[in-house]
Amino acid sequence: MILKSMSKSNLIYLGVAVILLILPFILTGRSVQFMITQIFIFAIFAMSYDLLLGYTGIISFGHAMFFGIGAYTTAIFMDRYDASFGALLVAILVAVLFAAIVSFIVGVLTLRLKSHFYAMLTLAFAGLFLVAAEKWRSLTQGNDGFTFKVPEFLRDSTTIYIVSLVCLVLIFFGLRRMTQSPFGRVLVAIRENEERTISLGFKVLHYKVLVSVVSGIVASFAGVLYMLSLRFVNTSVFATDVTIDVLLMTIIGGVGTLVGPILGAALIELAHHWISGLANVHWIFERWIILYGTVYILVVIFFPLGLVGTIRSKLSNGSKQKIPSKKAG
Amino acid sequence: MSSLLKLSQVEAYIQQFHILHDINFEVPKGEVTVLLGRNGAGKTTTLRTIMGLNPVSKGSIVFKDEEISNQKPHLIANKGIGYVPEDQGIFGDLTVGENLRVAMKREDQETTERLEWILDLFPDLKKFWKKPGGQLSGGQKQMLAISRAYVNENDLLLIDEPSKGLAPIVVEKVMETILQMKEKTTILLVEQNFLMASKIGDRFYIIDDGQTVHNGLMGELKQDKALMKKYLGVS
Repeated sequence: MILKSMSKSNLIYLGVAVILLILPFILTGRSVQFMITQIFIFAIFAMSYDLLLGYTGIISFGHAMFFGIGAYTTAIFMDRYDASFGALLVAILVAVLFAAIVSFIVGVLTLRLKSHFYAMLTLAFAGLFLVAAEKWRSLTQGNDGFTFKVPEFLRDSTTIYIVSLVCLVLIFFGLRRMTQSPFGRVLVAIRENEERTISLGFKVLHYKVLVSVVSGIVASFAGVLYMLSLRFVNTSVFATDVTIDVLLMTIIGGVGTLVGPILGAALIELAHHWISGLANVHWIFERWIILYGTVYILVVIFFPLGLVGTIRSKLSNGSKQKIPSKKAG
Repeated sequence: MSSLLKLSQVEAYIQQFHILHDINFEVPKGEVTVLLGRNGAGKTTTLRTIMGLNPVSKGSIVFKDEEISNQKPHLIANKGIGYVPEDQGIFGDLTVGENLRVAMKREDQETTERLEWILDLFPDLKKFWKKPGGQLSGGQKQMLAISRAYVNENDLLLIDEPSKGLAPIVVEKVMETILQMKEKTTILLVEQNFLMASKIGDRFYIIDDGQTVHNGLMGELKQDKALMKKYLGVS
């Protein structure tokens, strides 16, 4: 009965999720399982970025800050207190609250201005968090980072895989519902024509701040999962590379689609893995950022809508072309 | 004559440029008031200033006996002013249905009835309900823009050059629609197409170089060839 009431696309997504759920029981390689877990986590992170860039048209150059906040807050909590499930829940709550407060402050300070102010302030804040994590060694142990214990049941890689997958599915459907709601329509309207949205009677700043907070929360949650999967944290979670990665994932997959960033996360993570393996073949493969830059330029030129966006556009053009022939027939 | 909107000695700048020097007019309830004038006279700036999209540097704007000058645009819109901008402002990635629904402040019986009424007027919007707004023709976009402003129970509609860039047959349709809307709401119209303006409008104000220089009943203007030639270039 429930399945009958679901749309075709939701059924497809759910089908893929079920296949992915079965996968760890078929694939026994730990490294493959770990890589797919990383894809799930970065997919969540990329969806949070898509909310900003794809749906609302806000560019952030420091989105890694929220990812890092989630990772560090939980890691510090788990390191200082016992590795119980209760402590983990409190840690997650604190991480998410902290990310919400920071994104609220950054949003309120900049979102009433042109969007590049938000981009620049997020970059500055991310830099600030990176420096704080490097210098506040008593708390973070600087660049070296630290390992910590996690609750017993999360030490199994299959459990982490399943937890990450379940979180991805729940967050995907939650965000999908949000973007298809009246609230989501206003976000798209803001992206399309902010002035017009204001003249329709919407207090645009409220919407932009709210979406920035939701995006920050989701990104921090991805950071929590990342930290749980590694059981280690260091300052790299605040690095600009992380923001560049998530930007690429979103743009290559297709902005404003939610599915696109998931696909983008898979492509980038797989490329990362593959290119790292080729480091011995040629030095260029160690400089993966050069290759990413090239891919990014090619995607922008040939697939400006990203992979999912381009496929959707082709499909809709195809169905448009079918209409006259149907009538003729 | 009870006026719904009154502008007194309004002045406004766009950046350092002094665009509106002395705008004075009233919009009586239940009528169509037309702002006429040559390109660059300040008609669009006047509408944007009423909506709060441009700051008022001097003067007052009173709507329903309340001073609204320099209030936030979203507050002005929520007081009951609908605005159809010159560029239509369609949300290209939203479907026709979503464009209309995003504008609806309520989804109650009354709003649904208004929506049905407007869809009967513009059957194309019903036909292309699920089509992205960006894929509509110029005329369909204009119809959508007007519908979006009308779908809420606004006391006043500001419509900026609805005939601009449209084929004559579409202009006819838009004109018919505005005439039907006139029965239900007050309209302040900016229009370059004098033929259309004269058919729809009850009274006019001529704006020249940021000042209101003439006003009267539309019937009087049609008789005054010299005035039309001087300010509107119509002979």
